[in-house]
Amino acid sequence: MSTPTIKTRIPAKAKKGEIIEIKAQITHDMETGQRKDAGGMPLARRIIKKFVCTWNGEVVISADWHTAMSANPFITFFALAEKTGPLKLVFHDDNGEIYESVTDVTVE
Amino acid sequence: MTITQKLGTQKPSWSRRGLLAVAGAGAVALALPRGAQATVQEADDFAKKLLGGAQAKAGKVQLIIKDVAESGTNEPVKVVVDSPMSATDHVKAIHVVADGNPFPGVSSWFFTAKSGKAEVAFRMRLAKTQNVRAYAVMSDGSVWQATQEVKVTIGGCGG
Repeated sequence: MSTPTIKTRIPAKAKKGEIIEIKAQITHDMETGQRKDAGGMPLARRIIKKFVCTWNGEVVISADWHTAMSANPFITFFALAEKTGPLKLVFHDDNGEIYESVTDVTVE
Repeated sequence: MTITQKLGTQKPSWSRRGLLAVAGAGAVALALPRGAQATVQEADDFAKKLLGGAQAKAGKVQLIIKDVAESGTNEPVKVVVDSPMSATDHVKAIHVVADGNPFPGVSSWFFTAKSGKAEVAFRMRLAKTQNVRAYAVMSDGSVWQATQEVKVTIGGCGG
């Protein structure tokens, strides 16, 4: 599997107190451990098991994911705009790797 | 399966041992990773673990998913919970559980004061026609539930 890439749709600006919509997609096979390769050998499980979104270091939402999450997870959630700062999406892989995306959002 | 074949050649005297052997073969079949399906009981147990034994009442949760899935590999799901999301009255967690996948858990989402809205959307796999459940845990400890049956013609667990 190639290195996962993260695509996001996050507004660059928001009014204080506004609830903004965040969409994100990460390319990841989300291998369930149920499948077999061409030679009949089982493919090891490898999914993103944890997702965390923080804004200015404070947790906005976090999630535990299981094998029923589709490949290339595409998620939508919300955040309350309070203070200008980096909005960070963090994905934790089964194998210990961590993938991050940081977007600066201005709050007026 | 050899055990059942052997039983087939025996006289049908359903001894205790024979029945246990059949039950054992069934358990082995369930433990096999490929093609194995979780049961409703397993989904119940998993939900119980997530909710800490709290009783779920129907209402407040909207589980938006098509009743006929186009594809079992990538089905959009949206969960919306009716809550003001204030400091005193908010949603702490949303859990999505499926009855008929190899593993009952789909995803659990944990909200904070910065979440703004108790709403999430994602895409899930569905191995076969089954019930999908969404649970919402509120700040006062109450648990609310919505269930939706989804018909699946092409399963999504690779196989």
